[in-house]
Amino acid sequence: MSTITLDTVRKVYAGDVEAVKGVSIDIADGEFIVLVGPSGCGKSTLLRMIAGLEDITTGEISIGDRVVNKVDPADRDIAMVFQNYALYPHMSVYNNLAYGLKNRNMDKAEIDRRVKEAARILEIGDYLDRKPRALSGGQRQRVAMGRAIVREPAAFLFDEPLSNLDAKLRVQMRVEIKRLQKGLGTTSVYVTHDQLEAMTLADRLVVLNGGNIEQIGAPIDVYDKPASTFVASFIGSPAMNLLKVKGDENGLSLVSGKGLSGANAFGKSAYTLGIRPEHMSVVEAPKGDGNSGVDLEIKVNVLEPVGAESYIYGEFAESGEEIVVRVESHSTYEPGQTLFLRAEPKDVHFFDAETGARIES
Amino acid sequence: MKRLQIWDHVILLSGVFFMVAPVVLAFITSTHDAVTIYRSGLQFGFGDQGLQAYEDVLFRAGGFTKEVNGLVMLKNSLILGLGFAIGKIVISMLAAYAIVYFRFPMATFCFWIIFSTLLLPLEVRILPSYEIVQQLGMVNTYQGLIVPLIASATGTFFFRQFFMSVPDELTEAARIDGAGPWKFFIDILVPLSKTMMAAIFIIMFVYGWNQYLWPTLITTDESFFTLVRGIKQILQVWVGAQIPDYDQIMAMAILAMLPPVIVVVIFQSWFVKGLVESDK
Repeated sequence: MSTITLDTVRKVYAGDVEAVKGVSIDIADGEFIVLVGPSGCGKSTLLRMIAGLEDITTGEISIGDRVVNKVDPADRDIAMVFQNYALYPHMSVYNNLAYGLKNRNMDKAEIDRRVKEAARILEIGDYLDRKPRALSGGQRQRVAMGRAIVREPAAFLFDEPLSNLDAKLRVQMRVEIKRLQKGLGTTSVYVTHDQLEAMTLADRLVVLNGGNIEQIGAPIDVYDKPASTFVASFIGSPAMNLLKVKGDENGLSLVSGKGLSGANAFGKSAYTLGIRPEHMSVVEAPKGDGNSGVDLEIKVNVLEPVGAESYIYGEFAESGEEIVVRVESHSTYEPGQTLFLRAEPKDVHFFDAETGARIES
Repeated sequence: MKRLQIWDHVILLSGVFFMVAPVVLAFITSTHDAVTIYRSGLQFGFGDQGLQAYEDVLFRAGGFTKEVNGLVMLKNSLILGLGFAIGKIVISMLAAYAIVYFRFPMATFCFWIIFSTLLLPLEVRILPSYEIVQQLGMVNTYQGLIVPLIASATGTFFFRQFFMSVPDELTEAARIDGAGPWKFFIDILVPLSKTMMAAIFIIMFVYGWNQYLWPTLITTDESFFTLVRGIKQILQVWVGAQIPDYDQIMAMAILAMLPPVIVVVIFQSWFVKGLVESDK
């Protein structure tokens, strides 16, 4: 168990492709960090650099007090869980778990104790003699985690470990990983592109985009106060609605033409306005009371019931900008119907139209 | 549909017939005495000699020196076939391992150089090869028979393709598990390549077993003669006043065929597996 420190880590591939552009993160002992971002954002590269599978172009990675830039993966005291499990196909589950320990010349009895213990925790004791081929996806995933656990490493590294599982199993394993990590208290870095996994697992989220950190923070803080339009659209499902807003001396107005209540407090000519689908309510008529909330008028395109709730996919008649709104389950709205929506001031986010950066109100 | 099936069988059966008939004829003929064969050619019914010819071939010393019998030749053939096949597998696995897993300058170039030796079979380079073996003093030795032949472009190519299909994650997992290059090769790659090795073993064993030109050149000492050469030898030695021992020739041909057939029969399910699927 130990801390992991990344100090302005960069990765440049041959041909001047800069995959990671100077990332610094301090990971506390026992913390569960999730690196999240779209494909190509550098999250996997970053994880592989921590593991030692990729060279670090510049910057420094320390595990505990030790700079590990030049340390072999085997000697970094980390264990990694791969997306495709990467189990040794010709070895029994037992040997898969024991292989890394055998290579470290560990005492046979100690290996046996650790393998049995991991098998007990993961409930794979019955399969120890089987080959990976004879296991289901979920069982293989457990074996892959078992291989990490038996090592009792300073840190676990997870590279999208759940993306090969079906939806139901994924939820189950997600809960299990979290329980396991909390139980063992091992520092963990977890890479995923699934924002739901990221939200539910992380102590702290690191949102990456194009090799840069967009935001670091507790999941709920990232959700409440996204630092940029990128984070806003990436965290939360369905994504936050982003609407273009013009500002002048008279106040703010949507590009769709409707005025917004509230003054142009930040003195810019263009903003992006963000409202989450779950933060709007359908009202009888626009309030228009000068309160600093937002009143919108949209046309319903599609109503999508998902059971516990429904989503309205609509658009602004004037500009054609699209918007998603969460409404109660069993709602009935007709396509083409006009709706008035209301969002409270605390749920309205402003971003700089050019840089996408959050503007604190 | 029905008719098509009948035709399928007819075609298959005729194929089997053409493949097996010569072997059966050789076997039947080998049960006659040499005079009968000399007089009336191939025989279509069993003769009165039984398996006498086989006993003669295996245990009666022949040749100029009268020191070598069929058993010795069988042993020589086995040594050549096994040494050839195993040597090729070892060498080509190591070569492919180097090419696929180690970054060294001009790796691809090296591979294509190896690959292009397919254009230079033994027959093309036989004089320089002989020269080298002779200078190394390996004429009339097993090393001389085997070593010059074990570099294999085909084997290297097959293993290269196989290694490239092994997922990178497996290599990385092994690295994190503390397996160095040798450990990875022995613990992971070799067991994974089992079916591939079996497939290449069959091809190479049969190929090595059937070598004729190279053994003829490199071994002049009769105690190194292989079965394949033995057949020729019987014919040569008895030409003259006597009738050649045709029955023994047939018997030896059958004997020379048996080990490769056994190898193919034993390994054939692996063979198919090795070439079409992988155990990853």
